[in-house]
Amino acid sequence: MGYARMVEGPVGVLALQGSFVKHAEILCSLGVQTRQVRLPEDLQNCVGLVIPGGESTTMSHLIDDFALREPLIAFSRQRPVLGTCAGRIIMARDVDDPRVIPLGILSCKALRNYYGRQINSFTAPVRVPFDCSSRPLDAVFIRAPGVVECGPEVEILATHRDQAVMLGQGHHLGLAFHPELGSDPRVHAYWLKGFMP
Amino acid sequence: MPGIDESIAVKVGFAEMLKGGVIMDVTTTEQAVIAEDSGAVAVMVLERIPADIRNDGGVARMTDPALIEEIQAEVSIPVMAKCRIGHFAEAGILEALGVDFIDESEVLTPADDAHHISKHAFKVPFVCGATCLGEALRRIGEGAAMIRTKGEAGSGNIVEAVRHMRAIQNEIRRVNVLDEAQWMTEAKKIGAPYELVRRVAEECKLPVPNFSAGGIATPADAALVILLGAEAVFVGSGIFKSDDAPARAAAIVKATTHFADPSILLEVSRGLRPAMKGLDLREISPEARWATRGW
Repeated sequence: MGYARMVEGPVGVLALQGSFVKHAEILCSLGVQTRQVRLPEDLQNCVGLVIPGGESTTMSHLIDDFALREPLIAFSRQRPVLGTCAGRIIMARDVDDPRVIPLGILSCKALRNYYGRQINSFTAPVRVPFDCSSRPLDAVFIRAPGVVECGPEVEILATHRDQAVMLGQGHHLGLAFHPELGSDPRVHAYWLKGFMP
Repeated sequence: MPGIDESIAVKVGFAEMLKGGVIMDVTTTEQAVIAEDSGAVAVMVLERIPADIRNDGGVARMTDPALIEEIQAEVSIPVMAKCRIGHFAEAGILEALGVDFIDESEVLTPADDAHHISKHAFKVPFVCGATCLGEALRRIGEGAAMIRTKGEAGSGNIVEAVRHMRAIQNEIRRVNVLDEAQWMTEAKKIGAPYELVRRVAEECKLPVPNFSAGGIATPADAALVILLGAEAVFVGSGIFKSDDAPARAAAIVKATTHFADPSILLEVSRGLRPAMKGLDLREISPEARWATRGW
């Protein structure tokens, strides 16, 4: 059941570092085949890509060490990308820290560690627009990023306090929190629905 | 004060974000910057790296907060620090300092020879060492959000890390095939909370991420422990006791990501200058081994 029959190829999960296994588990619970992406050739035939949470400096280094930058940008022009936390920083147009070189998939500027250190990490109910049950998500924010300077093509799908915590641009989604932690598949299901045939 | 479930979600969730990464021991701001520039996911701040603590002797204590603050100001990645086993006053100081993770570590001289810190009360997450499943589950029961197999820190010798990782994986597999009636006896036998034995039996894995530490000195060492089941690696003396720390640090980061690709491991291993000399375990008397510290 689930989405298996509707999705024509595997969903790639960037597996350089971070919570890539958690993302794959959630996608698997929706019946979707996944593939860990560590090298450019791993992107072949993938129908979408998840960039997980983790350390954005580490991912930025490994993207360039293994010549993934151009292939990832080219992929994002054809296929949907979902980024969470560090993944959203990597997807941004600009970052407030020269130690991270972003891919420019989402038209926004990322602010690293916006909420502070780990002792400032928190969970909060976040209302999402796509669920008719209107049950909020139990969103987990871990050393989470902020966002400013969103372009007109960016749609703000959810907010928490003064911050846009869920952004959409075309079929791309960028989140400040971690829908891959826990077992609530609604964010992944929403993203998949956006590009189902 | 957050509820315990929320607190666990945030603490264990953070440990999840470090998976597939390398956490590097550093003793100066300069080393911390090298670690960050090499792709480390976090740094562990120490006054002396384990190999030097071993050589120097004496009591090893929590690092001077001034050094930790200096490094916090310089790097953007998480900053961790160690407190002595059972020393909850040191842990309180590290929490007040805003370190991202506390390692209640056998590398420092234990402050309490019978008890570990009750870690649930802290907002900052803790990592603790373990050599076997019972020890890992006791630490998780006390509130640890991450386990690292101990290895033998400062030895530059991977044999103990392999022994402890294999021991824990073997015990997890054994518990997984027990029937429900055997769980309590198993909990009694290994000295672990029943509820956690039940979870391991049902899920066939530890309830928190399991990293490897102690003796990792080469890219191949990092790949080996990941292939044996570690979800990330701590590298202590292995980097800054080698002759070319930046190159070795970057190579270990790449090997940790591409652990299953021998051609990439070949590429990153080639031409590194000498690794730390290291110790044969026969050179460390049983009383001098740190892995036995922990109750």
